[in-house]
Amino acid sequence: MSAETRNYTLKVWRQSGSSAKGEIKTYEMKNVSVGASFLEMFDQLNEQLLANGEDPVAFDHDCREGICGMCSMYINGRPHGPDTGITTCQLHMRTFPDGETIYVEPWRAKPFPVIKDLTVDRGAFDRIIQAGGYVSVNTGNAQDANEILIPKAIADEAMDAAACIGCGACVAACKNASAMLFVSAKVSQLAVLPQGKSESSRRAQNMLAQMDSEGFGACTNTGACSSECPKEISLTHIARLNREYLRNRFTLNDVEEFQPIKKPDYLDFGV
Amino acid sequence: MKLDSKIPAGPLAEKWTKHKFGIKLVNPANKRKYDIIVVGTGLAGGAAAASFAELGYNVKAFCFQDSPRRAHSIAAQGGINAAKNYPNDGDSIYRLFYDTIKGGDYRAREGNVHRLAEVSNNIIDQCAAQGVPFAREYGGTLANRSFGGALVSRTFYARGQTGQQLLLGAYSALSRQISKGKVKMYTRTEMLDVVMVDGKAQGIVTRNLITGKIESHSAHAVVLGTGGYSNVFYLSTNAMASNATAAWRAHRKGALFANPCYTQIHPTCIPAHGTHQSKLTLMSESLRNDGRVWVPRKPGDTRKPNDIPENERYYYLEEKYPTFGNLVPRDVASRNAKYVCDDGLGVGVTKRAVYLDFRDAIKRDSKRVVAERYGNLFDMYYRITDDDPYEVPMMIYPAPHYTMGGLWVDYNLMTNIPGLYAIGEANFSDHGANRLGASALMQGLADGYFVIPYTIGDYLTGTSYDIPSTDHPEFKKAENECKARLQKLIESKGTRTPDEIHIELGKVMMDKCGMSRNAEGLDYARKKIQELQHEFKTNLKVVGGTEELNVTLEKANRLADFLELAELMVVDARDREESCGGHFREEHQTDEGEARRDDENYTYAAAWEYNHKGADPILHKEDLIFENVKLTQRSYK
Repeated sequence: MSAETRNYTLKVWRQSGSSAKGEIKTYEMKNVSVGASFLEMFDQLNEQLLANGEDPVAFDHDCREGICGMCSMYINGRPHGPDTGITTCQLHMRTFPDGETIYVEPWRAKPFPVIKDLTVDRGAFDRIIQAGGYVSVNTGNAQDANEILIPKAIADEAMDAAACIGCGACVAACKNASAMLFVSAKVSQLAVLPQGKSESSRRAQNMLAQMDSEGFGACTNTGACSSECPKEISLTHIARLNREYLRNRFTLNDVEEFQPIKKPDYLDFGV
Repeated sequence: MKLDSKIPAGPLAEKWTKHKFGIKLVNPANKRKYDIIVVGTGLAGGAAAASFAELGYNVKAFCFQDSPRRAHSIAAQGGINAAKNYPNDGDSIYRLFYDTIKGGDYRAREGNVHRLAEVSNNIIDQCAAQGVPFAREYGGTLANRSFGGALVSRTFYARGQTGQQLLLGAYSALSRQISKGKVKMYTRTEMLDVVMVDGKAQGIVTRNLITGKIESHSAHAVVLGTGGYSNVFYLSTNAMASNATAAWRAHRKGALFANPCYTQIHPTCIPAHGTHQSKLTLMSESLRNDGRVWVPRKPGDTRKPNDIPENERYYYLEEKYPTFGNLVPRDVASRNAKYVCDDGLGVGVTKRAVYLDFRDAIKRDSKRVVAERYGNLFDMYYRITDDDPYEVPMMIYPAPHYTMGGLWVDYNLMTNIPGLYAIGEANFSDHGANRLGASALMQGLADGYFVIPYTIGDYLTGTSYDIPSTDHPEFKKAENECKARLQKLIESKGTRTPDEIHIELGKVMMDKCGMSRNAEGLDYARKKIQELQHEFKTNLKVVGGTEELNVTLEKANRLADFLELAELMVVDARDREESCGGHFREEHQTDEGEARRDDENYTYAAAWEYNHKGADPILHKEDLIFENVKLTQRSYK
């Protein structure tokens, strides 16, 4: 670790509310420690703004360890910035040369409306999970965990898919704003495990129907989602999702009228 | 006030079974007539909200994050304990119970801890059924590992992301109930106060963090699963927005706060890099299995670590504790790191760090073997610090990580306020003065899935179906108080930002009420905290309005409560004239420098009552009764 500091010019998207007109504003940052994370630089910016009596930049963040999925900045044209396999909170300033101009925007996708500045509403992801991203089991009646034998390779594959943190980088990276990688990660995790098999086709159908109703686009196999995914979720999960979906369409053994879940009226975020 | 823990009589192993049978049941058809509010959707809150809804209750759940999937339970790495004894290495419910009581330095309740050990096995079954991808052996059975110095392998895990996977399991169960309409999920909504009507908790006041709208919600019972208060130290491993406001507001309404001075400071965290640090990152303590901890013998030595010869390196843990060496328990490791840095031997930019060196392990076992064991941790360290731990020693320093204290609850997890419950890290009951590794996830899920769904029924059967409407004067009064509080904050036109004051508070707390405490330091800290409270009231700077997304206002409102809680922590630490677990009082140590308990005078939980007259808080003692375990003194020499 070094005590070196650098200076940057930040170009940040500012938008006071969802219906307000946004614009890029310029901020000069001095003496940023190279060991600081990208979000620590934003903390520093916000302290600066506050000291000047200006409104700090609103941005989502929480765990700062790359696991909660809150942080969501579009940095120099890439979700979570120039590094791969990390979230914005794991991006460090030593990645950026001294004097660089850095552009920071919110996730850009219609189903993720801007709430303020860099904060977007990702409630659509929650509703996709509500449409079927679970095993239908109640608390309290489970058999002994070792009665379900799961080969290590299968458990590992499920874990690869389950690593998704629901940040939305896949959608932000996709030219179609498709949520297929997100949906496939959950469908795939539960489709390979015996616990989730019995409802896997139905799950795929309902989650995709919800995805469509939220306004996410379709998949055209570009692969930007996977290469920008901080958890490096593989495209092969999308293949499995398609398989589960088609199986249901062709066999028609478990088709049920699905009513898309609406955003509840009690969640008034003004967007 | 008489504190009744309601621990059932009878043999330890039969208490919970007998208690469950004694609990009054709510008729299934009547469950839909009861509304329950759950605040916080981590492991405890998320599991409880889902389980209540499955039983038929109407649930309103609240979280300040944008989704219930993001609660800080998600960041737990290591694993979850259970007494399954799958490896056949002699584990049992009683052994897990015993280890937890002993690990807590005999400051937890026997009854609660035994129940925790009993239901630990159900948790693993439940999570496996939900599709949590636990690590498996080739034969398909669940894998176990030994963790945190335990002598049996009872820890279940999902790579280094066990907290995430367990939380997503609870989140999926919760999502299922949301889709069925049994749970109304309020995201980006923060609780500001508990509302009491006729002495019972009947609802909460919340703020929509986007619109700033203040709202009331009424229910038959209120359950707080709002986590711990490590962020009182400003720099901790907790998530940025983790806060104590819900618990503290409940405390101000009369709920007792127990053992606030019991905090856990984890030895292996990445040190601060400078002045603009916002958050500390934990690394698994498994690193101490092969890493050797040292500092230069010469104060202010500026040589690179690899240039410092062997005889000028001070392997202080190995020298002071020849038997356990680098594997001494968390509190001992943390405290000694502080001591050597206090003596001017610290390293790194801030001089508050010690080396954790793998040179000898690599020499002995090869780089390949070390990489197999710790590769992902080394990568993480490299990414954050830009130092390659295969080439140069890691630098580590302790960081606040977990708080064992919390709202006082009885065996039913109800606070002393009827209808108000606290679960998970928010309560005080199971970890005593120190928590063992892989036990936090176990307790959160035990409370949420397997304890409170039973015990809440006992209270609800005795209540009327009717609840006060949110137009009730008590709700209006609480709303107006919250609005006035926020208004006052927004009108603060001083010069200090909330973070500046919080950083100062954190420094005092870490220095005087952290790894090592003494009477003089605690008295100083209390004075300093009172000064900061005054500074906050008179010289705070907040911009913007109340009816908008206003991050500074959120921070200020949380800090107001941290400033009060900090004072209570100091009062509690000052009052407990003994050392136990994470609470080390320098006046009370053995000749060998180890923590010395005073079982004769301090075998009790200190439950503090808020004193609205502005004077000292009022202490209530719950005596801890040990019928099964013999109290012994620790030694790691």
